[in-house]
Amino acid sequence: MPRSALSAAACAALVLPFAAGCVANTPASTSAAGSGAVTVDSSATACTLSAATAPSGTLTFSVTNSGTDVTEFYVLAADGLRVVAEVENLGPGLTRDLVVQARPGTYVTQCKPGMVGEGIRSDFTVTDSGTTVGPTGDTATQLAEAEESYVSYVKDQVGTLISGTQEFAAAYVAGDDATARDLYAATRLHWERIEPVAESFGDLDPFLDLREADLEAGQAWTGWHLIEKDLWAPAADANGGVAYTPLTQTQREAAAAGLVANTQAVVDAVNAPGFTFEAFQIANGAKALLDEVATGKITGEEEIWSHTDLWDVQANLDGARVAFEVLRDVADAADPELVKTLDARFTDLAALVSAQGSAETGFTSYDALSTDQVKQIAAAVDAVSEPLSRLTATVTSAS
Amino acid sequence: MSRRALIGFAGGGLAAIGVAAAGGFAAGRERAGQTASGQHAGATTTYPFTGTHQAGIVTPAQDRMYIAAFDLTTTSRDELVALLRTWTAMAARLTQGHPAGPFGPASGPYDAPPDDTGEAADLPPAGLTITFGFGRSLFVGTPAPDGTPGVDRFGLAHRLPGGLVELPHFPKDTLDPARSDGDLVVQACADDPQVAVHAIRNLSRAAFGTAAIRWTQLGYGRTSSTSTAQATPRNLFGFKDGTANLKAEEPAAVEEHVWVPAADATADASDPGTDSAWMTGGSYLVARRIRMVIETWDRTSLREQETLIGRTKGEGAPLSGGTELTEPDLAATGRGDAPLIAATSHVRLAHPSTNNGVRMLRRGYNFTDGNDSLGRLDAGLFFIAYVRDPRTHYIPMQTTLSRDDALMEYLLHTGSGLFAVPPGLPAELLTADGSPRTGPDAPYVGQALFA
Repeated sequence: MPRSALSAAACAALVLPFAAGCVANTPASTSAAGSGAVTVDSSATACTLSAATAPSGTLTFSVTNSGTDVTEFYVLAADGLRVVAEVENLGPGLTRDLVVQARPGTYVTQCKPGMVGEGIRSDFTVTDSGTTVGPTGDTATQLAEAEESYVSYVKDQVGTLISGTQEFAAAYVAGDDATARDLYAATRLHWERIEPVAESFGDLDPFLDLREADLEAGQAWTGWHLIEKDLWAPAADANGGVAYTPLTQTQREAAAAGLVANTQAVVDAVNAPGFTFEAFQIANGAKALLDEVATGKITGEEEIWSHTDLWDVQANLDGARVAFEVLRDVADAADPELVKTLDARFTDLAALVSAQGSAETGFTSYDALSTDQVKQIAAAVDAVSEPLSRLTATVTSAS
Repeated sequence: MSRRALIGFAGGGLAAIGVAAAGGFAAGRERAGQTASGQHAGATTTYPFTGTHQAGIVTPAQDRMYIAAFDLTTTSRDELVALLRTWTAMAARLTQGHPAGPFGPASGPYDAPPDDTGEAADLPPAGLTITFGFGRSLFVGTPAPDGTPGVDRFGLAHRLPGGLVELPHFPKDTLDPARSDGDLVVQACADDPQVAVHAIRNLSRAAFGTAAIRWTQLGYGRTSSTSTAQATPRNLFGFKDGTANLKAEEPAAVEEHVWVPAADATADASDPGTDSAWMTGGSYLVARRIRMVIETWDRTSLREQETLIGRTKGEGAPLSGGTELTEPDLAATGRGDAPLIAATSHVRLAHPSTNNGVRMLRRGYNFTDGNDSLGRLDAGLFFIAYVRDPRTHYIPMQTTLSRDDALMEYLLHTGSGLFAVPPGLPAELLTADGSPRTGPDAPYVGQALFA
């Protein structure tokens, strides 16, 4: 199991079961024989390993590129074909560790100077140390299911997003500001749940969700927050000391049309054949969603005119929770304590947010929250985010 | 990120758990062998983490301090203990110049955040000490403004030591609750502020989900000397501060005024059900954020400044005569039989002879937190004192000072905290190679409190 790979923060949450993992020395001092450290020297013409065998358990290949070209190092299965671990893109002069959980068996190691050709191969044997290594089970299937399940979720959300956005845009263009204000936060909920997905499509996120404070000089402002400001027109003192000029009907129509068109582009991209998500992207996305909360939402900067930040917080939390849930089985097999911690902390955070309302009934306006309430939510977000930052490594290490 | 990097999907006998850059903390952060001998502290100094008392009290005062108070966000005693275990192991590593976690800032699984934040890599240990303490609210919760008692969240009320009282409202206190109190306190002192901040940052990271920062204070320019080997530093009023401070070289006096004796637990036991034996060998940390009204002070005549303090500004000698280390003669008088050291002077009111002979070990630091909205410096003294019992060694003196000290015209007490600092960690915490043990049997700070 990848326990020794857990960070010090892991030790924080999981002190007792992971005690052994916390006493390891710095890598520089773990080169003692029998501790599973193997140095690999990859030159232009040779691939020299300090040992050809190692005991099963945690193995660290410390790969140094002594050549002048970029190199790669692979650990292959006995068939010499299937890659089970690799270091890629290792520049000349660099050293990088490859930490692996090794079960007993025969392997092939391979350096690939220049990243081309057959590379330089040799056999490598992992002897049985008696250490139990890694979870068994059908992890690959679980991961495939997780990826499929998350893609379904994303498609479902963007479907609701586009219809809501069309309704919102129509009300806004028609001058029905009251309806538009009502629809604003509830529609954005579906955006905020999947925002990291949209971010992966380059320009679409800034076109849709840029805040006024993030504009570069001369940059045209489009998207949700332009319309937000127009719907919750600020007084002069909240607008840099100048009276706010409402958008003209023409400007309204352009803003609404752009919002719909760009949202449609997200929908199209998500529904394109071959659109998929890999587990690490889901796990990173979950963390990204909570980072969004920590940096923009909990400070009240995201919805500076409408103060509907708690809707966004709820949506980010929903999205992160779903991403975590689809990976739960895989993570649970690799690190049950991490899953336990995340469960407990997600629950705490959800309770704090739901104390302020719900997506159905509406949330407390951000400017009505006390400093203490904001601080409590911020602490709960940190509490989830810190262990969540280890989910990617845990999931990608699952075997 | 290239998808090819994700080899975990392949399954099979080997599974990558990450690719890490090699190298841990720089070799420069290794122990240089110098210990708390009172010798001049070099950048490579390390102080032992284990000992009868926690380091960072009589340790020669380092140049910089970063102190943080935390509120527990959990009500689980197990989580509190787990945090103290983690903090203990991290502090043992950090104070010896090692990274916070086993991998360090540039190593470990490639897809995981590093277990050390990294800004202290390449820096020498800088004499880092980390000192932990417990606030009263940890034992009995925080009473509501209407007097409703607080909640004992951790089943510790019966372990509340007698000295961990609620500080009274001192005259002229203008305390900000957001800068006061807290369930836990961590004082990190070092000769390099980055090393001290790094320590608190990593400890607070480990606390997410269990405890959240309530307040912090960065201090510079130690305003006290705790060793005779150190020159007396100056506070922001420009005066030497700490001339008569308790020094590590006075073991008998330190024993008498700083460390909590076993007898205090016996005295506490007279209150039925109270068991404070865990504090034996510990101390109490008093923290006061004292803002100085700098601009007004700077317009005050030298005569007035010296009269207020009771010492000369240049040499630091008492106005009764002599040199810096001459004992003040409070009885000495001058023209018209007026006392040479004024009745309302700081030196007189703070002098042991005015305070039943009690002394305290001060560890204060100057601070500057930018300026207020009027453009005046938000600066002053972050007062820290270690005492055997605040009821005898701090409260009476501060009551006198707050009421009578003419210097109060230039001072605003804006933050306050009192913490019980448990005794030191046994040497068994460390394994043969000096790394901390972290198993279920490993000692941790404050362990006796939870026994």
